[in-house]
Amino acid sequence: MTAPLTAPPSGIRFDGVQVAYGDTVVLDGLDLTVEPGEFMALLGPSGSGKTTALRAVGGFVTPRRGRILIGGRDVTDLPPYRRGIGTVVQNYALFPHMKVADNVAFGLKAQKAPREEIAPRVREALEMTGMAGYADRHPRELSGGQQQRVALARALAIRPGVLLLDEPLSALDATLRSDMMGELARLHRELPDVTILYVTHDQVEALTLADRIAVMDAARLQDCGTPQELYRRPRTAFTASFVGTANLLPVTVADGGVDLAGQRLTVPTGDAVPGATATLCVRPHLVGVGAVPAADGNTLRGTLTGIQWRGATHRLTAEISGHRVLADVRELREPPALGAGIDLHFAPGDAVLVPAQLAGGADV
Amino acid sequence: MLLHSKAARRSAHAVFWLLFLPLFALPLLVIVAASFATGWSGALPSGVTLAHYRDAVHGDSLDALLTSAATALAASVLALTAGTWAALAAQKLPRRARRVLDGLFLLPLAVPSVVVGLSLLVAFSQPPLLLNGTPQIVIIAHTVLVTAFAHQSVGAALTRLDPAYEQSAAGLGARPAYVLWRVKLPLLLPSLSAAAGLCIALSMGELSATMMLYPPDWMPLPVQIFATTDRGSLFAGAALAVVLMAATLLALLAVSRLRTRAAYR
Repeated sequence: MTAPLTAPPSGIRFDGVQVAYGDTVVLDGLDLTVEPGEFMALLGPSGSGKTTALRAVGGFVTPRRGRILIGGRDVTDLPPYRRGIGTVVQNYALFPHMKVADNVAFGLKAQKAPREEIAPRVREALEMTGMAGYADRHPRELSGGQQQRVALARALAIRPGVLLLDEPLSALDATLRSDMMGELARLHRELPDVTILYVTHDQVEALTLADRIAVMDAARLQDCGTPQELYRRPRTAFTASFVGTANLLPVTVADGGVDLAGQRLTVPTGDAVPGATATLCVRPHLVGVGAVPAADGNTLRGTLTGIQWRGATHRLTAEISGHRVLADVRELREPPALGAGIDLHFAPGDAVLVPAQLAGGADV
Repeated sequence: MLLHSKAARRSAHAVFWLLFLPLFALPLLVIVAASFATGWSGALPSGVTLAHYRDAVHGDSLDALLTSAATALAASVLALTAGTWAALAAQKLPRRARRVLDGLFLLPLAVPSVVVGLSLLVAFSQPPLLLNGTPQIVIIAHTVLVTAFAHQSVGAALTRLDPAYEQSAAGLGARPAYVLWRVKLPLLLPSLSAAAGLCIALSMGELSATMMLYPPDWMPLPVQIFATTDRGSLFAGAALAVVLMAATLLALLAVSRLRTRAAYR
């Protein structure tokens, strides 16, 4: 079903890319390499510069500084139509005056593909996205999810080396979104040579789909790694709180552990200098309730300030030496009362030390 | 419907008919009645004749109608081309320059059309551009007067057009000219045809600038109506006016058919 791509596998390289409008820098000094055939998610809150980075690859914004390379070729000064990139935007932007088949054929016709090639390639692209039966419809006759598939087919029909997806699922409802996530994962498997740059603010999409995630915040790249790396070993407090939920506690590095408000906790400190301030990151689902089961575990003693029943789990909020700590535990038979004293524990290996950030507490 | 009670709705209808009948419908009906009349000295016209219409679709009057239609068509095509082109080009300009350009295009609306006619007359009465006394100068005058509407209508539609269409097309490898023909202009078609209708209607009814410029062999229908009634042939003039109305309505109908075909959203 997957025809060989005419475009050679090509990666993307951002080389010190800066984009600014007047005095406002919206993307600052981005250095990032996306390997050929890789699915890279740009994850960040709105205003983090992720969409700007994508638009710079597409050629829709011009960097003030830096270069962008696609497949080793410097495309910084090329107009969009000479970059050979497929793009799917948030609202799909299907051409309303054309039928589905003509939408999908648009790129091929614009690039003057041989006539006899167009129909089979349109059919192939529509089959790949499961929309073969809708070729004669107009976009307005399709649901949001179907329009999404047509937009994908339109982008894939030109057999791009690079596919840019800008929040493609954000306009869909939850069920459809999870279906489409499956579809995107399948397309990525079936088109191993297509490099995908995927912009999203949704950590679930990024964690599920991406080979690697680039975490962006405040116009800068904060962190980059595989989903597992970022989740288990975040390098910054921002990554820890944006990729998954995290308890972030301000601590002082000590010998063989850290001090949290005078209490010594055993955690791996890596190459942190004793006496330095740092932020301790522990995932709520790795925090347990009750006495420490293992000899080297850490106990946090505090007061229960909140309890949420979430079906299979309970989310407990405790105040530990003035800091909020979340614990996601299996549903409790006899949940403790609010205001009662509570012991929480975590294993040393489950905590990660990241550079200090000013705001303490947890991000939900 | 903002009015929920039956009484309120009925009184709104009453107000509508009270304003509509005397202000819009009756004057038109009077003209229609007069166009069939042989004389009108009492409360109602006396005598019924088709003679005025027989004259209206023959000889000079027919020529005037065709002249009006040709002028309107030419002026509208020119105005749409220039207005659309300018609106498209203005998109690439910085905000301030765009505002200046918008103002320039609105100028013919602010200036009385008699002044537009006079200025063209003065400007083109000397060589090397001696257009005085040619049909072209009438068409130019009409173009100048209606371009404002074409430019405004297309400009407003362009600012509403989602840039994502253009960018998606460019991303798919379409050059700017291809994007213009295959994406932007088709998406602008509804407002283009609306502007065309407006341009045709305005040009068909234009009198004041035309009066200053028309050569004897290019006399549009409104001038003919004016001349006829000026001579005192009120009923013949009325018949010509009805013909002008009908022709304009027909043209608008044709354009609006194009528009319904173009409205896909």
